[in-house]
Amino acid sequence: MDRRGFIKTTAAALGAAAIPAGFARSARAAGEIRVGLVAKSLGNGFFVAVDKGAEEAAKQIGNVKIIFTGPTSTTAEGQIEVIQSLIDQHVDAIAISANDPDALVPICKRAMARGIKVISYDSSVGQDGRIVHVAPSSDELIGQALDKLAAAAAPDGKGKFAIVSATPTSTNQNAWIAVMKKYLPQYPGLDLVSTVYGNDLADDSYREATALLQKYPDLKVIVSPSSVGIVASAKAVEDAKKVGQVYVTGLGLPSECAGHVEAGSIKSFAIWNPIDLGYATTYVAVDLVNGAKGPGNSLPDGRMGKITFDANGVGAMAVPFTYDKSNVEQFAKIF
Amino acid sequence: MLKLIGVRRGLPHEVGLGLLTLLLLALVTIAFPRFLVIDNLKSLVDDTALLIMLAVGEMFVLLTRGVDLSVAANAALTGMVVALFNAHYPGAGILPVLVIAIVMGAALGLFNGLLVWKVRIPSIVVTLGTLSVYRGCVYLVSGGAWVNSGQMSPFFLSFVRFPILGISVLSWIGLLVAVLAWLFLRYTVSGRNLYAAGNNPNAAGYAGIDVGRMQCLAFVLSGAIAGLAGYLWVARFAVAYTDVASGFELQVIAACVIGGVSITGGVGGVVGVVIGGLFLGIIKNALPVVGISPFFQMAVSGFVITVAVILNAGSYRKNHGRKILERAEASS
Repeated sequence: MDRRGFIKTTAAALGAAAIPAGFARSARAAGEIRVGLVAKSLGNGFFVAVDKGAEEAAKQIGNVKIIFTGPTSTTAEGQIEVIQSLIDQHVDAIAISANDPDALVPICKRAMARGIKVISYDSSVGQDGRIVHVAPSSDELIGQALDKLAAAAAPDGKGKFAIVSATPTSTNQNAWIAVMKKYLPQYPGLDLVSTVYGNDLADDSYREATALLQKYPDLKVIVSPSSVGIVASAKAVEDAKKVGQVYVTGLGLPSECAGHVEAGSIKSFAIWNPIDLGYATTYVAVDLVNGAKGPGNSLPDGRMGKITFDANGVGAMAVPFTYDKSNVEQFAKIF
Repeated sequence: MLKLIGVRRGLPHEVGLGLLTLLLLALVTIAFPRFLVIDNLKSLVDDTALLIMLAVGEMFVLLTRGVDLSVAANAALTGMVVALFNAHYPGAGILPVLVIAIVMGAALGLFNGLLVWKVRIPSIVVTLGTLSVYRGCVYLVSGGAWVNSGQMSPFFLSFVRFPILGISVLSWIGLLVAVLAWLFLRYTVSGRNLYAAGNNPNAAGYAGIDVGRMQCLAFVLSGAIAGLAGYLWVARFAVAYTDVASGFELQVIAACVIGGVSITGGVGGVVGVVIGGLFLGIIKNALPVVGISPFFQMAVSGFVITVAVILNAGSYRKNHGRKILERAEASS
C-alpha cells in the first residue's frame, strides 16, 4: 500500500471509530457530568489513591462520573493520545497531572475550544492550557507545616533542630526553608542551629546527618524536606543509637518512611494526601462545569473547605497531610 | 632493573601520603576535637570501607592501563537486584545475597572486560557506555521505585553492622578485600602479570603474557568487588534507589590517584590506595563538622585533593624514571 492510500484508509478507520464515541455520548444519563481524570501513568499507586478520592467526591456530589485514565508510561505523547480520546468521548471536564507542562498545551487548548473545562492537578499544565491548577499545597503552607512538625517532634516543643536539605540550589527546598525561617518566631522554643545539604543522595545525607549528631550532641530534631534526606537522616539516627533522643521529620512518602516510623526514629512526617487531592480536584472540575469562574475566585471543595485561586489560576489545596504510627501502614500500601 | 631496586630502597611514597593523612587528621582534630573519639573513627572507617573496596577494584583496572567508570553503576544495579531479591525472598539468609552480589558484579565486569579484550574498544569508551547501561538497568529492574528499609529483612540490614571485636563487618570486609588484593598482587603469577601488562604491554606480550586477558581479569575483579560493595552500600544506607552511588566513580578514581596509582598503568599498590581512600574519607567526614559553609565544601575538598596529588606527584617523579613521553616513543 502506498503512503497516500494508507493515510486515506487510516482516516476512514478513524472516522468510523469516531461514530461509536458520538453514540456513547447520546447514551449517557441525562445531566450526568463526566470528568476525565488523567494520571501521569497507570499502575502508579499515587494516582490510584487520587482516583479513590475523586470517586468519593463524585458520590458526594451525585450524578458525576469519573473516567480514570492515563498512559502506560510517563510520557507527554501518551497523555496527548489519552486526552484526544477523552475529547472524542465529549467529557465535560478533564483534570490532568502533566508529564510535560508545555507539550500538553495545544491538545488542552483544543479540548477547551470544544467547551471542555480543562484543569490540572499535582503537576501543572502551562497556564494557556488549563483554566486552573489545583496544587497539592504551596510553599507557604509546606514551610509552616515543617515548623509545626519540628515543634511536634521536639520535647515540649523546645530544643535545637537542624535541616538536612537537598542541594544548596534546589528551588523547592530553598523556598520552603525560607518560609520555615519566616514563621520560626512563632515557636520560641525552637532553635535552628544549622542547615546542611545532602544533595538528595543517601550517602551524603547520611554523612551530613551523622555530622550534625556529632556536632550538636544536644540536638533534638532533624527536619528534612527531601524524601532522600529524611530516610537517610533516620537511618543515621538509628545507627548512632540516638532513637528517642533525636527525632527526624520532614517530607517523605509513607512507603519509604514506614520502616523508620516503626524503628522509632520518625514520629511523624508529612506529604500531600493523594486522596484529598483527587477529592478536591473533582469538586473544582464540577464547579467549573456548573458555570463557576476559576482564576481569582474561591471555589468550595466539599469537606476540604474551599480553595482560592490566584489571578494565574493556581490554587493550593491544603497543608500537607501528617502521617504517623496510626496511619502510615495504611498509606504505605498506596504510595 | 637497577632503577626498580632504587625505588624500593628509597622512601616509598606511601610514607609521604601517610604523613599527609596524619597531618590532615591533626588539622581536623584541632578544628573539631571530638573528631578523634572512638565512635567517630569507627563510623569514619565504616564510611570509607566502601570507597576503599571500590578503589582497590579500580586499581586493578588502572594497573592494566584501563579505567573502569562503571563501578558505581555496577554497585547500584547489583545493590538494587539483591535488595529486590531480599524483598521477594526475605527468608533466604545472607549467603545467597552475598553470592548473587559477587557473581552478578563479576558478570557485569566480565561484560566490560570482554568488550575491551575481544572487541578491542578502549576501556574508557566501553565503561562510559556501560555506566549508563547499568544505571539504566536499575530503572528497568526497579521500575523507578525504591526498596525501603521496611522491605528489607533484619539479617540483610544487620549483617553489615554486626560488630566483631568492636568493629563492624563492613569494615572487616573492606580490610579483607584490601589484604586479599595485596596478597594477590604480590604473590601470584596473575598479580605480577597485571603489573607487567600495564607497565609495558609490548614487553609483556613478548614474555608470553596475554595483555587483553589481563585487562579482562582486572575488570572481572573490579566488577566482583563493585557487586559486593553494592550490597554493602544498600544495606548500610538501608535504601536501594536509582541514584545509589551516583557519581561515586570519580571519588573512586580520585582515591586511586591520591594513593599513587598511575593512570597510565603499571604503577601503584594496595597500601597507597587504602591510605588514599582514608584521606578522602577524612575530608568527606570532616568538612561537615568543622563548620565550613556547604557552598565552599566542594571547592575545599577539590582543592585539598589537588594539593595532595601535586605533593604526591612531586615525590613520585623524583623516584620513578618513567615519563609519559618516553613511553609514547617506546610504544610507537
